[in-house]
Amino acid sequence: MAKITYIEHNGTEHVVDAQPGVSVMEAAVKNLVPGIDADCGGACACATCHVYVDPEWLPQTGQRESMEESMLDFAYEPKENSRLSCQITVTNDLDGLIVRLPEQQG
Amino acid sequence: MSERLVIVGAGQAGLQAAASARQEGFAGDVVLIGAETAPPYQRPPLSKAYLKGDLDIARLHLKPAAFFKQANIELRLGTRIEAIDRKRGIVKDAGGAETAYDRLIIATGAPPRRLDCPGAETQGVHYLRTLADSDDLRSILTADGTIVVIGAGYIGLEVAAVARSAGRNVVVIELADRCLKRVAGPAISDYFANLHRAHGVDLQLGAGLEFVESCNGRVSAVRLNDGRTVPCVAVVVGIGAAPDQGLAAEAGLSCDNGVLVDETARTEDARIWAAGDVANFPSPFYKRRLRLESVPNAIDQGKVAGINAARAANGVEPATYDALPWFWSDQYEAKLQTAGARPSGDAPGLAEIIRPAADGRGLSVWTMLDGALQSVDAVNDPTAFIVGKRLIPSGKPVDPGRLGDASQDLKSFL
Ligand SMILES: Cc1cc2nc3c(=O)[nH]c(=O)nc-3n(C[C@H](O)[C@H](O)[C@H](O)COP(=O)(O)OP(=O)(O)OC[C@H]3O[C@@H](n4cnc5c(N)ncnc54)[C@H](O)[C@@H]3O)c2cc1C
Ligand code: FES
Repeated sequence: MAKITYIEHNGTEHVVDAQPGVSVMEAAVKNLVPGIDADCGGACACATCHVYVDPEWLPQTGQRESMEESMLDFAYEPKENSRLSCQITVTNDLDGLIVRLPEQQG
Repeated sequence: MSERLVIVGAGQAGLQAAASARQEGFAGDVVLIGAETAPPYQRPPLSKAYLKGDLDIARLHLKPAAFFKQANIELRLGTRIEAIDRKRGIVKDAGGAETAYDRLIIATGAPPRRLDCPGAETQGVHYLRTLADSDDLRSILTADGTIVVIGAGYIGLEVAAVARSAGRNVVVIELADRCLKRVAGPAISDYFANLHRAHGVDLQLGAGLEFVESCNGRVSAVRLNDGRTVPCVAVVVGIGAAPDQGLAAEAGLSCDNGVLVDETARTEDARIWAAGDVANFPSPFYKRRLRLESVPNAIDQGKVAGINAARAANGVEPATYDALPWFWSDQYEAKLQTAGARPSGDAPGLAEIIRPAADGRGLSVWTMLDGALQSVDAVNDPTAFIVGKRLIPSGKPVDPGRLGDASQDLKSFL
């Protein structure tokens, strides 16, 4: 299990125990974290699962692929540390991960 | 007195309607009734990752069990509604039990069209709509022998891609002269035909199915209308879906290729709404009626139906469904994303603009009607998809020559 902290735009924190193998998006949906719509269910097609990865965790969460990169280009307020959370797979190495949610999706 | 909202059909649209009604402040009972025994789940992976075996069942569920408790939504599964009595305001299930409603949302979806040729009922003829269908299909992916796919629409082609990737011999039979004819233009059809052929799929265009042959009660071959016989161990039928409108029609609600609703997702009965694959609605942007089979439509229209049921209960003005349609499909390494609704192929004034993707690995095909942008199909070109999703509803004039010129930055059109 990996502990993941999701911080809503208004500051509300949700700490979730995530199963390795699922995505950071799925762990949020499964644990009723609000603010991640995930309309396409993780197909990297909708960009409604946008999160900001805590800068300290950027190396562990890996690289954006080109598809994700282009989708993020048009997300609401994209930043250097923006990711589509459906494209980050939970591993034990991500125990302690912190992600912040944008003010809105899309 | 508190009201009761009943939703028939616990799929993508029904679930969304229930959730949105609550969010919008519907204070009474919310009862979500579904014929299937599985809690609401996503269908797209049934012909993609789940069919491949890359996802377990739990990951298909749209919401965890805790959601229904938290939102106070009563989920009744394995319950098929057989009749709506509008006079009494009740729905009746297959067991004869009655549930009264003050507001009703019909979200029954669109089950697959069935084959009607001789042999259609033979064992080994498969359809793909439900989790159970996908499980059945998965078991044939591991057997030997040829799989015949009838129909080169999205679902047929996605199944062909998964079966081919699993090493199976795949023959696709399509009556039209190109694949995806109902939904896409010729350039996209060509792209996917080439893609499938490059992966070793035997794609037979302009070929009709005459009948299904069997041996010992199981599928053994299909006979084509040109006299050829294709031996096979299984047939997968993907010839489209038909809206499940019987309940509504029998209750006297107007139906014509779906349950007819207005732009607020309401039927002619002020207490009844419909959403998702089953609903036929007027698009304010396209100024024509549409019936769509896609997840975004189920979500966005389900939302509007749920919100408006709550608003009606609370005496608030209804919301309008005017989201631009969109869709995606995954086949092999190709991702197709569509924004907007393509005009029918014979629409006068229809123009098509083909644009190679910036990185040369994909393309986008844009349609215009009398100079106005209508839709874009983008393969491996998410930028074209998202630009289209914003540009189309903006109504901004677009120079077709510039649009087709890959050296022009797409973002400059916004
Ligand atoms: C294999 C497959 C792949 C797909 N891939 C994509 C994709 O990649 N992208 C995309 O955008 N869309 C895709 N779709 C389409 C998308 O899944 C549908 O558009 C969406 O599920 C429609 O939602 P809905 O709620 O209207 O219908 P459904 O999700 O079908 O739900 C309707 C539910 O109502 C129930 N029901 C019907 N009648 C009754 C009754 N009388 N009483 C009680 N319950 C009843 C049904 O059993 C069903 O569970 C795919 C569909 C399939 C089948
Ligand atoms: S869930 Fe759609 S892009 Fe992540």
